[in-house]
Amino acid sequence: MHSLFDYPTLRVIWWALLGVLLIGFALADGWDLGVCALLPFLGRTDQERRMMINSVGPTWEGNQVWFILGGGAIFAAWPFVYAASFSGFYLAMFVVLAALIMRPVGFKYRSKKPEASWRARWDGALFVGGLVPALVFGVAVGNVLQGVPIRLDDDLRVSFEGSFLGLFTPTTLLCGLLSVSMMLLHGSSFLAIRLEHGALHERARRVGMATAILSVLLFAAGGLDMAFGGIGFRLSGAVDPAGPSNPLRADTVAEAGGWLLNFAAHPWMMIAPALGFGGAVLALFGLSRRSDVLPLAGSALSSAGIIATVGLSMFPFVMPSSVDAHSSLLVWNASSSARTLFNMLISTVILLPLVLLYTAWVYRVLWGRVTGAEVIANRDFY
Amino acid sequence: MDPGFVDLSRLQFALTALYHFLFVPLTLGLSFLLVIMECIYVMTGREIWRQVTRFWGRIFGINFVLGVATGLTMEFEFGTNWSYFSSYAGDIFGAPLAIEGLMAFFLEATFVGLMFFGWNRLSRVGHLFATFMVALGTNLSALWILIANGWMQNPVGARFNPETMRMEVVDFGAVLFNPVAQAKFVHTVSAGYVIASVMVLGVSALYLLQDRWHQVARRSMAVAASFGLAASLSAVVLGDESGYTLSDNQKMKLAAVEAAWHTAPAPAGITVFGFPDARAHVTRAAIDVPWVLGLIATRSLDTPVIGIEELVAKAQDRIVSGLVAYKAVQALKRNPNDLAAREALALHQHDLGYALLLRRSMRDPSQATPAQIEAAAWDTVPDVPVLFWAFRAMAAIGFAMIALFAIAFVLCTLRRFDRRWFLLCAVAALPLPWIAAELGWVVAELGRQPWAIDGVLPTGLAPSSLTRAQLWVTLVGFTLIYGTLAVIEFGLIVRTVRHGPDEHDEAPPLPGNLPATPLVA
Repeated sequence: MHSLFDYPTLRVIWWALLGVLLIGFALADGWDLGVCALLPFLGRTDQERRMMINSVGPTWEGNQVWFILGGGAIFAAWPFVYAASFSGFYLAMFVVLAALIMRPVGFKYRSKKPEASWRARWDGALFVGGLVPALVFGVAVGNVLQGVPIRLDDDLRVSFEGSFLGLFTPTTLLCGLLSVSMMLLHGSSFLAIRLEHGALHERARRVGMATAILSVLLFAAGGLDMAFGGIGFRLSGAVDPAGPSNPLRADTVAEAGGWLLNFAAHPWMMIAPALGFGGAVLALFGLSRRSDVLPLAGSALSSAGIIATVGLSMFPFVMPSSVDAHSSLLVWNASSSARTLFNMLISTVILLPLVLLYTAWVYRVLWGRVTGAEVIANRDFY
Repeated sequence: MDPGFVDLSRLQFALTALYHFLFVPLTLGLSFLLVIMECIYVMTGREIWRQVTRFWGRIFGINFVLGVATGLTMEFEFGTNWSYFSSYAGDIFGAPLAIEGLMAFFLEATFVGLMFFGWNRLSRVGHLFATFMVALGTNLSALWILIANGWMQNPVGARFNPETMRMEVVDFGAVLFNPVAQAKFVHTVSAGYVIASVMVLGVSALYLLQDRWHQVARRSMAVAASFGLAASLSAVVLGDESGYTLSDNQKMKLAAVEAAWHTAPAPAGITVFGFPDARAHVTRAAIDVPWVLGLIATRSLDTPVIGIEELVAKAQDRIVSGLVAYKAVQALKRNPNDLAAREALALHQHDLGYALLLRRSMRDPSQATPAQIEAAAWDTVPDVPVLFWAFRAMAAIGFAMIALFAIAFVLCTLRRFDRRWFLLCAVAALPLPWIAAELGWVVAELGRQPWAIDGVLPTGLAPSSLTRAQLWVTLVGFTLIYGTLAVIEFGLIVRTVRHGPDEHDEAPPLPGNLPATPLVA
């Protein structure tokens, strides 16, 4: 049935697809999160805020599916990761969900009443719905890099031995800030291409330039933290890449600087951090030259590069345990069966191109700069 | 695992799922009603049908976002609150959820933007296409989530793998074409169509009673009456009882719904009314109608409907057999190459889940006494009085809906839109199908207890290793958020209905630059 791909290959493909999904989420929903987080600061009048909201209004819903699909795909391909991460980060996940729930209703309900107090409340909801998920996702990635206090018993039942406040350390907060900065850069680059030229456009451009510089600084700080912050893990015994998905059989050990080992062994991987830096610089350059396409292209490359850097530095770790040498989740021991990975791969190969195709078509139909006049005239707008 | 903790986890899941299911059925049905209305607009080119479509589209939009918002919780709740279930069954259960995202959520969510924002950017046919894609997407999502749920009810195509200590798929096709999933899909989407039809019918009736918006109301009513009649017939006739003969647990659900304490000779009668006594195993003051149950449940005259006591006796045998498998698994944990244990597991693994029933209350099930085994077997009986009454209330509403739509259909055909008694009935019927849908969830999911996965994993073992404090935080948090949103949503729908289909003096387009108030007020 799946003689086409052996088990290790399927696992690596699904590890890469996990990265594709995360990058898809960061790129597609990233600008929605960024625009929402910028809403109260850039939009000084109701009309300006409506211009910002309607720049993402017709398409944010499809973008959010990247997040939902991320959940479903991790469940299907990496059940142990799905179980361990979402139950481990329980309250953080609740905070993210509560914030994300505010977004659909905020977009839709804000325009239903004209009162300023009604709209201000939904502006607050949209701001929270943009900022909080961006921050918590970054903090979560930071925790994964640091190692998560998870332990598996002999039934492979996972338990989390940390606390909610324990999720916030200097390293994880740094990751959280970097994630927020990425989203803000992406959001303002999106506004730069989607809004009519004017005061609001100019403000978006300036925030974009600031966050581009901030992203470079935070990413560099993250790199230094990985090198000198005493973080990292490595395998301490042989693991069979084709072995059964049973994390108890692997042996891992914490090792300071462990996340840089892959880059030393495979220098080509340096492409990823180079993209992370280069993309942000490209965005900065594009914004300063008032280019339309370059900022968005730059911020997209930067986000993709930063996410890929995290993935590559940890390979084959997906979620290292900080409390137990036999509870780390690896590409080689936390996946679904070969049969499920293969079936899911077939589904993805058929369906994902279709999704990209009609999404591109919908964007094309709805493309164009949002103008202040249109916001007032168009009855279908939020 | 602490039973109070398990109950809290179940309470949260029930709360979030039942709440989610207030909005989803309306989305399922209203999306297709919009397709029908817009089809008529495209074919006739008459402006009134555009107005009809856009009006119901606005209500669709207000409802749709809450379905999406509460669906976010559902997608992650398996991982946050049922992590052992997730890792134990993710190899099978995760796939339909992922495909749901790829095939259904992307479709509906991408085209819903076009549906609302594309009126001036697309041709008439182009816009109809977008509306149709939304309807297709929402209904496909129902299909995939019910394939996932159907597997929990009837876990086909999977096997326990001792090397990974979890269930793994052996036949993906069997999971996809699970007959329980198919019965559930037809029944659930039909219920959604009924809910949407009642909504359109009731609001139109309200307009006619108030002597407002006659043109829109009559047309809406005609569409709702015909669509609703077909849907209510389908929901009742194609009820998912047809799947209740497939496995022991499904048989137990049927027996509990019918309060069939003992196996009755075929064809079994149905108890229309009575008071099930869960202790004495009798139904008091029962009114029986002969033959009907046998016909509904087994679609035959000579297959008996198995009673609860006989099913409990069978469960007891399966626990004993399951203990052999359980001991083999423990041996394989110590030595994966223990051939005798492998062989024992292969012979008894279909009963492994029954041994796990004991695991809920004792560290080592292999020490279980016969009395404990018997008690565990009786645990396989779900809450009979609740199921008995929930099912009857749901079925009664179902028949009432058929009557309502039949009358509506006749009156619409005769163009008698002025029958006050009927219009009052139609308004009064508004909450009924929602009650039926929620009860349907109760029958399906309470009837599945004590299993998370029928015969495979008891609910008591499935939750995450969380603390009660964590659960209380989210339980209270979700209740507050959901409660607030429910009030706001209801207010907005009432406001939209009160405002009516006229678009010329609506709130959104504000002239000039209104100063934005500061964020933190």
